[in-house]
Amino acid sequence: MSELLRINDLHVAFPTDDGLVRAVDGVSLTVSQGETVAIVGESGSGKTVTSLSVMGLHKKGTAEMSGSISVAHDGGFLDVISASEEEIRSMRGRSVAMIFQDPMSALHPYYKIGDQLAEAYVVHNPGKKKEAAARAVEMLDLVGISEPAQRAKEFPHQFSGGMRQRVMIAMALMNSPKMLIADEPTTALDVTVQAQILTLLASLQKEFNMGILLITHDLGVVAQVSDRVNVMYAGRIVEQGGVDDIFYNPMQPYTLGLLKSVPRISKSGSERLKAIPGQPPSLISLPAGCAFAPRCEYIKFADSNACATQMPALVGTKAGHTSRCHIDESKRQASFAEAMKEVR
Amino acid sequence: MFFAILTILVVSAVVFAIFSFLPFDPASLTCGQRCTPQIIEGNRIKLGFDKPIYEQYWLFLSGIFAGRTYGSGSAAFSCPAPSFGYSFNENACVTDMIKESLPITINLAIGALIIWLAIGVGLGVLAAKFKNRWPDTSSSVFVLLGTSLPTFVTGLALLIWVSIKWKIIPMSLDGYVSVLDSPPRWFMYFILPWITLAIAYAALYTRFTRAAVLDTLGEDYIRTARAKGVKERTVLFKHTLRAVLAPIVTMAGLDFAGLIGGAIITETIFNLPGLGRLTLRSVFEFDLPVVLATTILAAVVVIVMNLIVDMLYAVLDPRVRI
Repeated sequence: MSELLRINDLHVAFPTDDGLVRAVDGVSLTVSQGETVAIVGESGSGKTVTSLSVMGLHKKGTAEMSGSISVAHDGGFLDVISASEEEIRSMRGRSVAMIFQDPMSALHPYYKIGDQLAEAYVVHNPGKKKEAAARAVEMLDLVGISEPAQRAKEFPHQFSGGMRQRVMIAMALMNSPKMLIADEPTTALDVTVQAQILTLLASLQKEFNMGILLITHDLGVVAQVSDRVNVMYAGRIVEQGGVDDIFYNPMQPYTLGLLKSVPRISKSGSERLKAIPGQPPSLISLPAGCAFAPRCEYIKFADSNACATQMPALVGTKAGHTSRCHIDESKRQASFAEAMKEVR
Repeated sequence: MFFAILTILVVSAVVFAIFSFLPFDPASLTCGQRCTPQIIEGNRIKLGFDKPIYEQYWLFLSGIFAGRTYGSGSAAFSCPAPSFGYSFNENACVTDMIKESLPITINLAIGALIIWLAIGVGLGVLAAKFKNRWPDTSSSVFVLLGTSLPTFVTGLALLIWVSIKWKIIPMSLDGYVSVLDSPPRWFMYFILPWITLAIAYAALYTRFTRAAVLDTLGEDYIRTARAKGVKERTVLFKHTLRAVLAPIVTMAGLDFAGLIGGAIITETIFNLPGLGRLTLRSVFEFDLPVVLATTILAAVVVIVMNLIVDMLYAVLDPRVRI
């Protein structure tokens, strides 16, 4: 499995009138061929900013970026942070494609579906309009749109939400990219349609051997499709590991809190939802130590002084499963095991 | 379509009623200083002011389609269809007066429209693209000046400097020339009025276009286009402008209609015998048939332009198509 994306110590900050917003603070992750890597976190945790950084889609002059983002492109690697506008443009849609959260607004309302798809091909293959049109129909067929030749002549408003997301996926596949970034691809859709889209993505991934970077806040989606998971909180990855590690053996109180807060149909109706108390911190004035410390239920098991003053390092107990936490390992195992009984 | 015709009918009836209830005796307005009651009564019968209002209105309407003859015998005179009445002040059929002045106003409005669209949309896009940089700030100065300077200031300034002091463009003293007769003279005749009108509108359109382009650039589908690898120039001039086009066309259509109704100040400054000046003169002289006709004409133009804009909108925005 060759690596398609290598993000190393990425920092993204946005200067505002109120101060510097540190949206992404030292994120490192990789995505390889054929695997699905998820970034999970609540709103404002920096997951979308990370994905937009990979595509170089931040508005000009608004973002301060450092670190490195290497994208497999044209047989080598392209560093998105230092690359020229033109190099990034030639990578977009060809080596890495992206689909977005809201398929209702992500398609241009005034152009026919077929033309919008064809454009994705023509920008990277100038002059090949005929091939592009044929390929557009082919891709629409591939994502399960019936009568694709007919529907290619229609406008976005003539499609339902789920169908539009299929169109977006078809558009992303126009240049057979090695990697796909899916930013909350199912969030705006009905639950039944969500399942269809996820199944479609999984089957296309197999067919094209694509690497997928999946951005979501939905743990159900993560469990269903991803191989590896990155949990983000306040711009940092707080836990990183295989999907089973994260779901059956979380090592970080925030991850545990997320798992506990998933509503369960098997529980009695009178039981209240277990939300994580408190609010995420402001990204302008992050606490010096662990950003989650003020909300942490398990802080009693740690040296609270360390939690408040030192950012815990991302360390692992075993290969490929790492987390940021000051809690003593033996105390953690006992208390987390207790909590995980509830989750199951 | 049906509603357009109905609206035109209602407008004409209302306008007609207003002018009928004015506290003037229309007949006594028709003759000058050496007036006798006999002449007034004669004119009253000639012009049909002796009949009840609804009959006058009917005569007016039927005149539009069938023409109208005033008086009888050898003293009779007629205005062929479409007749909008007879102006005693000018001793001419109103239709002929409009026929003379309308082309001037249309020439004025079309030329100004082209200039202000080119400047307004161009500057607006530029300002949006270079937001908060010098093209944006200097265009906002233009917007401020254009919207705050009334046309009689810009018009007079142009006239004084360009025509009188620098003598670049001669004052149009020899009257209207059709573009078919002599394009250069036609151009000289209209260029200053065009610029005068265009400055005011271009400022509005710059502001509007800038806001609309900035709005659109923030849309999700623009981000999609960028994510596809579309060039920034194509994003701006194809994806963004296409979305901004529909509201601009709507606005331009309505503004154009408003100008046909009368660019009164500009026409007066530059001495253009157009529709606006015709209206102004007839209002001052209580030339009621002319006022009536120009008012209805203005209403009709607005209604028709609305209809055209609606149809254009359906072409431009696929979501509106049925």
